[in-house]
Amino acid sequence: MSILVIAEHDNGSLKDETLNTVTAAVQIGGNVDLLIAGENCNAVAEQAAKISGVNRVLVADHAVYAHQLAENISLLVSELAVDYSHVLAPATTNGKNFMPRVAATLDVSQISEITAVVSADTFKRPIYAGNAIATVQSTDKVKVITVRATGFDAAVCDGSATIESLDKATDAGLSSFVKEELAQSDRPGLTSAKVIISGGRGMGNSSNFSLLEQVADKLGAAVGASRAAVDAGYAPNDMQVGQTGKIVAPDLYIAVGISGAIQHLAGMKDSKVIVAINKDEEAPIFQVADFGLVDDLFDAVPELANSL
Amino acid sequence: MKVLVAVKRVIDYNIKVRVKSDQSGVDLANVKMAMNPFCEIAVEEAVRLKEKGVADEVIVVSIGPKVAQEQIRTAMALGADRGILVETDEPLESLAIAKLLTKVVEVEQPGLVILGKQSIDADNNQTGQMLGALAGMSQGTFASEINVSENSVEVTREIDGGLQTLSLNLPAIITTDLRLNEPRYASLPNIMKAKRKPLDVKTPADFGVNVISGLKTLLVESPQERSAGVLVGSVSELVEKLKNEAKVI
Ligand SMILES: Cc1cc2nc3c(=O)[nH]c(=O)nc-3n(C[C@H](O)[C@H](O)[C@H](O)COP(=O)(O)OP(=O)(O)OC[C@H]3O[C@@H](n4cnc5c(N)ncnc54)[C@H](O)[C@@H]3O)c2cc1C
Repeated sequence: MSILVIAEHDNGSLKDETLNTVTAAVQIGGNVDLLIAGENCNAVAEQAAKISGVNRVLVADHAVYAHQLAENISLLVSELAVDYSHVLAPATTNGKNFMPRVAATLDVSQISEITAVVSADTFKRPIYAGNAIATVQSTDKVKVITVRATGFDAAVCDGSATIESLDKATDAGLSSFVKEELAQSDRPGLTSAKVIISGGRGMGNSSNFSLLEQVADKLGAAVGASRAAVDAGYAPNDMQVGQTGKIVAPDLYIAVGISGAIQHLAGMKDSKVIVAINKDEEAPIFQVADFGLVDDLFDAVPELANSL
Repeated sequence: MKVLVAVKRVIDYNIKVRVKSDQSGVDLANVKMAMNPFCEIAVEEAVRLKEKGVADEVIVVSIGPKVAQEQIRTAMALGADRGILVETDEPLESLAIAKLLTKVVEVEQPGLVILGKQSIDADNNQTGQMLGALAGMSQGTFASEINVSENSVEVTREIDGGLQTLSLNLPAIITTDLRLNEPRYASLPNIMKAKRKPLDVKTPADFGVNVISGLKTLLVESPQERSAGVLVGSVSELVEKLKNEAKVI
């Protein structure tokens, strides 16, 4: 067996989800190669060569891959895929964007967001917002898989893979990049943070999110949000945790003014310890919380910030 | 320009599913079904394009059992002009759905195809992208804003780090995210009108599509349930427990 893992990166540095995806590949077993498609992405290749378990780092460095356009990346990956038994990518918005195109081009199914490897052809994945776990088996010649990072530990970085550059660049000519507005933050990212404090509709407005930031500063935490808080404009979309936002599993998740809808729980219920702060003792979030505090958040959160 | 919208019949989003005791799947008997929420957003966007004069016809297609006609009628009550049901009782994988949609695209030649980014039952997030590959079309997934011009469409996408804007050649595939629009409710007169709109029924065999899948579901289990913990009386008790009991801060 040989497995191709597609790295997640921003041309400057490797994203953590890549490490969890490599672990999934190692669990499947066999030779693991890593593809880095981007532009001026040498630094990423150097970083990736250190991931234990990776045999070769393949680099496709060209302007057509600069912005990870799905039409272009999927052509490259499906061309390379014929030499592999499995192709894996992190289930990030980027992986979700191009991988189904790879699968369709190869005329195979995709197995989305696996959380466990049962064997080389059998995997577990959550369905119905995580309210059921399906075990699925694939008989396809190439198994195209996206990997949910929270299901796998990060691979360690004490390896030394060889780096090979690929002389490939195909522009599908279907789409072009216009612009990007990326959140700038000194805080850890939601998907890699050990502690997350999230706010919901109960926060009332966007400036009240600074109350959460004060706690986050003390704990080195990331700040997240419910869909209701994002829809209301209290927080940007990249902060949404849930079935259709980010899936997180930190050591500590603090839900503030969040009721605990199925779709929100789907994104955080695998956290190690859950704390809920809500003034409504009937709120469903308390059914999954290890520690619940029934209180007005405008009293409790400042007090929490002061006592840390 | 024609706009094609694909919709799926799924369990109502308010319902928490139960796994069957024989672990063969989830129990859908006597459960409320509805249009997938992301598909509703897709229908709404198409109807708005028609209201703006960008689209001249909105066609809605669903692939599923006979009762999926309900969801097609709902879409027509929201403003779609006509419907197509590709009727099958087999639960199909995304790849088979994408192949069938490719055939519909060949027949209808739409300028835009709008789909939900994922269905809330299988949570696959695949069909639109697969259709893009099979039909050789550009794609703008997880859209929160679209602006159509003569030969292209500009799509703002919700991505992990924030927002990204792409320009796509037409014809293009769009998949909807939650913030693209807020779907309207169907009025009673429009629900009545929708009953008289044309609805064509086809089968996968009519399109000559092989719907066999390389995936087999072996087992469906309940997830490990979390049990409720304790209520604490004060912030200081909470901090003490997080430090000394849970040891997470
Ligand atoms: C297709 C679909 C996908 C979805 N995806 C997601 C998703 O990915 N993520 C997500 O989060 N949601 C998602 N949702 C939405 C979800 O169903 C809920 O609507 C949403 O999670 C509710 O957010 P909330 O808990 O912040 O708001 P509410 O349900 O309104 O809860 C607010 C809570 O704040 C409490 N509160 C108010 N004021 C105070 C105060 N002063 N002090 C303390 N507590 C207070 C209230 O008691 C209440 O419990 C999705 C829905 C659909 C249909």
